[in-house]
Amino acid sequence: MKEFTYTIKDEQGIHARPAGLLVKEVQKYESTVTIFKDEKSADARRLMALMGLGIKCGQEIRVEVSGADEDAAADGIKAFLEANL
Amino acid sequence: MVIQGKSVFSGIAIGRLSVYNKAENVVKRTKISDTEAEIKRFEDAREEAKKQLAGLYDKALKEVGEVNAAIFEVHQMMLEDLDYVESIENMIRNQEVNAEFAVANTGDNFSEMFASMDDDYMKERAADVKDISNRLVSVLQGAGVAGIHSDEPVILLADDLAPSETVQLDKSKVLSFVTRHGSTNSHTAILARTMNIPALIGVDYPEDIEGKMGIVDGFEGKIIIDPTMSLLEEYQQKKEKEDEKKRLLQELKGKENITLDGKKINLYANIGGVSDVASVLANDAGGIGLFRSEFLYLESETYPTEEEQFKAYRTVAENMAGKKVIIRTLDIGADKQVGYFNLDKEENPALGYRAIRICLDRTDIFKTQLRALYRASYYGNISIMFPMIISVSEVKQIKEIIKEVKAELDEAGVPYKDAEIGIMIETPAAVMVSEDLAKEVDFFSVGTNDLTQYTLAIDRQNPKLDNIYDSHHPAVLKMLQMIAENGHKHGCWVGICGELGADTTLTETFLKMGYDELSVSPSMILKVRDKIRNTDTNK
Repeated sequence: MKEFTYTIKDEQGIHARPAGLLVKEVQKYESTVTIFKDEKSADARRLMALMGLGIKCGQEIRVEVSGADEDAAADGIKAFLEANL
Repeated sequence: MVIQGKSVFSGIAIGRLSVYNKAENVVKRTKISDTEAEIKRFEDAREEAKKQLAGLYDKALKEVGEVNAAIFEVHQMMLEDLDYVESIENMIRNQEVNAEFAVANTGDNFSEMFASMDDDYMKERAADVKDISNRLVSVLQGAGVAGIHSDEPVILLADDLAPSETVQLDKSKVLSFVTRHGSTNSHTAILARTMNIPALIGVDYPEDIEGKMGIVDGFEGKIIIDPTMSLLEEYQQKKEKEDEKKRLLQELKGKENITLDGKKINLYANIGGVSDVASVLANDAGGIGLFRSEFLYLESETYPTEEEQFKAYRTVAENMAGKKVIIRTLDIGADKQVGYFNLDKEENPALGYRAIRICLDRTDIFKTQLRALYRASYYGNISIMFPMIISVSEVKQIKEIIKEVKAELDEAGVPYKDAEIGIMIETPAAVMVSEDLAKEVDFFSVGTNDLTQYTLAIDRQNPKLDNIYDSHHPAVLKMLQMIAENGHKHGCWVGICGELGADTTLTETFLKMGYDELSVSPSMILKVRDKIRNTDTNK
């Protein structure tokens, strides 16, 4: 399992459109990707659950990646977050 | 009947009222035996809904731009959401219910989840979930398309309109949007601005108004239902004026003030306060030809300080960003009373103690204003203009005072620019000695209102004389000719800042006389520009 943290820089937080794009990014991989905010978590393949976390600008999220392609998935998602959020 | 609301975009619309026909989806729960077939039906509907949304995205992209179109991309993503889809499928399978019911129920649940979130942005997403669920239900029920049921353009009334609803509308059929709910930043408001049509929110309209005549007044934020004939006519005229303005704006913004035979003229605006600058820019004026500084004195309880004046002049100069700003020094008198000046009542105020006569008598007030003007000149392109001049000696006195002011500023190390100076030509005396005056200043600007009054010996304030107050009088026109010729002899540029400047029946005459500038009220700029561009001074 791979794990990393990321602080959201987008002013609007994880709003609908980037959340949708994140889901699409995650779907490229086989691994399970879970996003944690405080005590809550959501499967990153599930758009509404992800939006339901209500992640805002400046908040830190923890990303857990586990599965056969977890190395590639973790790198890909990290790059996606840095470019979009 | 008049109903007050709040305007989110100005303008006037006149037409039949039509209440938006929501595709009300009444969803009934029915028992399903073949649940797999029902799930298949749901999957087909979902594909169809996604196809619709892709189409809407393309349509919105063209009509309202990428930022506003993004919502339909989000809707497509939501339709892909696993939780949403699984919830519907589970309901169909486990509770043996019809797809419509499962969709409506799931939509309600998810929408409640968003509505309860502690985030305004996410709260609004509740409407999106409802929207996609309604779309699915419509597809499942094979419901007709919601929208406008009229062949002619209408004033559209609705509780509120969802993005997916507005984008599906035939825009050529909407004269105005009127909603009960919504905010100034709601989707409908943004759309109205993009479409350049009036829109109101917060209008609690009655139900029985379909097909009635209505007027939307986007300036005053009200809707008039079943207007009287006279009101209708009044608004028809307002609307025509408005349409004409819009048409001119579209056509003439950014275009030069040039005649058919290539003669250029400066077209500036007259203003009476700092807040008028917005309309100067909106109407595309090339500068400010007359900034009446009286407002500073009239709005104040006591003499405005140098600092107060400096700030106002500087703001205007900076907002005009290098375009010419001609500021006229104090022009008050017994007819424009300012209490703290303690001016005596006069028998003949038009011929009395006023304007430059006060300034040259009470040089303390004059110097304060000049200091403020020169200080502000550093921040833009300011010219200074003096009113009510009758003789060369007055101009010489003014120039002496300016010298003193500049010397004081130099001494204090305050930066300023050497502003152009000019005079108003509004007395017959000034016209007669204009050749000599031209040697002293950089420009003339003709105040046609006073010039007409003094030339014809007609009191402007006396309504009994209105019928003989003729600003086209040959005496006035001959003077205008003389002013232009004498000004040009000694290198002055010559303009008109009185009401006559906006009289388009005379634009051609002014151009032929050789006037270099016309300064008119902001709302007249484009009309005059239109006239200039259609004039040939050789004919």
